[in-house]
Amino acid sequence: MIEFLKQPWPWYISGLAITAIMLILVYFGKSFGFSSNLRTICAMAGAGKRVSFFNFDWKSQRWNLMFLVGAIIGGFISSHWLQSDVPLALSKSTILDLQKMNIHFDGHIVPDQLFNWHFLTTAKGLFIFLGGGFLIGFGTRYAGGCTSGHAISGLSNLQLPSLIAVVGFFIGGLITTHLIFPLLF
Amino acid sequence: MKFIKYIITGILFGIIMSKSEAISWYRIQEMFRFQSFHMFGIIGTAVLSGIFFTWLIKVLKGKDLHGEEIRFPAKDRFWKRYLFGGVIFGLGWALTGACPGPIFVLLGQGYAVMLVVIISSLLGTYTYGVFKSKLPH
Repeated sequence: MIEFLKQPWPWYISGLAITAIMLILVYFGKSFGFSSNLRTICAMAGAGKRVSFFNFDWKSQRWNLMFLVGAIIGGFISSHWLQSDVPLALSKSTILDLQKMNIHFDGHIVPDQLFNWHFLTTAKGLFIFLGGGFLIGFGTRYAGGCTSGHAISGLSNLQLPSLIAVVGFFIGGLITTHLIFPLLF
Repeated sequence: MKFIKYIITGILFGIIMSKSEAISWYRIQEMFRFQSFHMFGIIGTAVLSGIFFTWLIKVLKGKDLHGEEIRFPAKDRFWKRYLFGGVIFGLGWALTGACPGPIFVLLGQGYAVMLVVIISSLLGTYTYGVFKSKLPH
């Protein structure tokens, strides 16, 4: 069983498994939306005293914070006991494109070349991690959701606003990938 | 103890995100370059099966664990916030290669630099809260 779980999962299994998570939360009387945790954490830290957007009963969202804690544990379990021995099956053309930007494919889940403290202290590292994080936090709240809330929950419920948001996600992603990265690297 | 089921669901989510490789910076790059079907397959399967089960729950008037009828709230009918907010999030998603869930899953995997992404994303959310009334929605 463990050996079976260890191999990279095919996309159709992964897609169905994500839907299962959404349905489990729906069965619990909740909804699948991860980024609202960021608002909850701000409220928990006392932001509600200064900014009304954070002045809400954050305790009603504790279940989602527990889901977040679980996600961290799930990542830990995966990297310790469910790691596959085969390198990530990234497409050849992506490997070549990244090479042109001097990002070398190492077969891991993320490039170790970028995801370390040393790179973080460079101008590029600060732009990617500090800047990227800020845009994620600002954008998800502005759009009222992220990939889970809009792309999965919202589209499943045939919500036009979610479709607009997902189109936005892709416009932003394409701008970064094809316009910003070539300038950066 | 009522929270344990959410922790377990979260653990499953973390494992699924890891094994699907949806948390991979490489996979996100590949997706935004349209060089593999992998991520589109994952999102497509999730959306299509999600549409089916959401429809089924509505038709069968499914009840949740408390015995209450399950409702799927409609999103507000604006468009500016979804487009502008969506684009801003998309810019950050491709930079870090992670959306909010995967940021925390990667932290669990041992990528401690994600702490910086978490702090800056909290700052981003806080900044939105401050300027909310001045932004077009």
